[in-house]
Amino acid sequence: MAEKVLMKGNEAMAESAIRAGCRFFFGYPITPQTELAAYMSKQMPKCGGTYLQAESEIAAINMVYGASAAGARVMTSSSSPGISLKGEGISYMAGCDLPGVIVNVQRGGPGLGGIQPSQSDYWQATRATGHGDFQIMVYAPSTVQEMADYAYLAFDKADEYRIPVMILADGMLGQMMEPVLMPEPKDELPEKPWATTGHKNERKHNIVDSLYLTPDALERLNRERFERYEVIKANEQRAELFMCDDAEIVLVAFGASARIARSAVVAAREQGIKAGLIRPITLWPFPTDAFESVMDTARDFLVVEMNMGQMVEDVRLVSEGRVPVEFFGRTGGIIPTPAEVLKRIEAAHERVGE
Amino acid sequence: MARIIVDDYFCKGCGLCVDACPVQILELDMATITEKGYHPAFCEDQSKCTGCMSCALMCPDCAIKVMR
Amino acid sequence: MSAEEKVVFERPHALLPVITNYCPGCPHGIVHRLVAETIDELGIEGETVGVAPVGCAVTSVDFFGCDMIEAAHGRAPAVATAVKRVHPNNVVFAYQGDGDLASIGMAETVHAATRGENITVIFINNAIYGMTGGQMAPTSLPHQITQTSPYGRDTTTAGFPIRVSELLSSLDGVAYLERVTVDSPKNVRKAKKAIKKAFQNQIDGVGYSLIEVVSTCPTNWGLSPQDSFNWMRENMLPYYPLGVYKDVVADGFANAAEAAAARSADCPVAHPEKAGA
Repeated sequence: MAEKVLMKGNEAMAESAIRAGCRFFFGYPITPQTELAAYMSKQMPKCGGTYLQAESEIAAINMVYGASAAGARVMTSSSSPGISLKGEGISYMAGCDLPGVIVNVQRGGPGLGGIQPSQSDYWQATRATGHGDFQIMVYAPSTVQEMADYAYLAFDKADEYRIPVMILADGMLGQMMEPVLMPEPKDELPEKPWATTGHKNERKHNIVDSLYLTPDALERLNRERFERYEVIKANEQRAELFMCDDAEIVLVAFGASARIARSAVVAAREQGIKAGLIRPITLWPFPTDAFESVMDTARDFLVVEMNMGQMVEDVRLVSEGRVPVEFFGRTGGIIPTPAEVLKRIEAAHERVGE
Repeated sequence: MARIIVDDYFCKGCGLCVDACPVQILELDMATITEKGYHPAFCEDQSKCTGCMSCALMCPDCAIKVMR
Repeated sequence: MSAEEKVVFERPHALLPVITNYCPGCPHGIVHRLVAETIDELGIEGETVGVAPVGCAVTSVDFFGCDMIEAAHGRAPAVATAVKRVHPNNVVFAYQGDGDLASIGMAETVHAATRGENITVIFINNAIYGMTGGQMAPTSLPHQITQTSPYGRDTTTAGFPIRVSELLSSLDGVAYLERVTVDSPKNVRKAKKAIKKAFQNQIDGVGYSLIEVVSTCPTNWGLSPQDSFNWMRENMLPYYPLGVYKDVVADGFANAAEAAAARSADCPVAHPEKAGA
């Protein structure tokens, strides 16, 4: 019987990735994801895997591209400024339908920003990781256990849909320690007949390529890819609903800020305020179904983020004016306090109560 | 006896083979225009061909087959 | 056809029977054929994975019969690195032009080389960006006129060309570097020999091998294929002299790592095996 172990979030993602069959990790040092790469550099040689410290984030993501093309389960991790550099490779992966797992342990931005926790890469993750018409799947864990669980699941989903998958974490989650139950190591991985492994004179040559010089071909391919995205939207939405059954003030928060929001909801309930929390776990696909389930009781959405207001736009889109959408955020690496959030809940309660 | 076959499907009429031929028996066929719009190379006197492969070595389009 | 007549030269199997998108007289086609002949002669088509660049050779994924990957601009060495790490028994080659390898991809090139990745790189240096219509390249010569150096490359503002083989020859991870050209049957044969050696090195585990092919761009140079070779001989070869720039085997070592160890012999931390001796 497996036992829980105390681990840092960054290390939990690394260990879980190895258990998911990832044997190739390419990275470049950056705070606050350091523990993940350090863990990989220690463990990969022990399990016959490869840890390679690339010369840059750009090289690292293109190594991910190469390893994925060659059929391997492969991961890279970075933090916000580094993810910007990886944007090129992620776009190419999307254009070639290559699976792969990218971890972003977010820090404050823009530019060099800071090294404290942030959620200011929500738009980048869900809207424009790189150039072109594409999406990637984005998981936003909120606990160390979830970091392990979704790092593990990410490899399966990446292979299933042939899509890059991002774990959008932040410096707080990455560096905090919690007890975690590790998933079982996988011994069987999916076949990849499309991979460039050498054709062994047994099949036509495989080509991994995102270049389509005829507009018709490129449009057709993009349309096919977006049909696959519709399947993902239908099947892969994940969200946690906390105290939402009769909730009037519905908080919306993901990742680290969801932990704060949850405390504030509990405190509000103690005051008799019917508060609840929707915690999107998949940021793309955005869990629209979860929102529909609270539309009957919700009188106010209060979106709490560690940024200047990014996910709030997706909440407005799903609300379509049916329920007012408010925003409370801290940025620059500041984590909001439950008391700050509670004040916003109280204010909202007063307003909708009138 | 050596000879060459130029495949007009691949030949782009660049003339590198013409210059490479040590016995100067290759030229571009100005009377012919290939499907791609080029004047293809042709051997005007196969009897002089030594099968040295110089033309084929210089051909960027693998349009020349050499036999001997 | 006489009974004993034999085909002594034809398209190699590893070069698919498709018309390339290269301009008439473009040496890319010659070098492609040499790579394909090498693959045929070594019997490795089924084990080979090629990595194509961004540039004119971007469509070479459709020309080589082996498995092929199209890399982002300049990233072929990183992609090839990963493929080789995943499948160490595969033969992995990157095929890159000068803009791809020596400008946007210089970091990837230098680091793949210094890591001693056991891969083969074919580098086409024609002193210009061909695909985008003839802009100044990192290897464009001083005073060379291009679309983006219309008054000639001014070294006071645009700096000097990069001699890639010379630059990489200082790196410990490199096993073999040779600069060749394909302007004559004799030089084509020499280039073939070098390319074949660069592949054989990989199979033998000797280490990172790069063959620089000094080449032309008739279309963007505005010259006939023949005159392009003349211009290349006259101007490029004095700047980019042909020859072997590094060959650890010729130097008496089994591989690049052995040569590197000899070079660092006096550095204690680099030689833990000597501790306590």
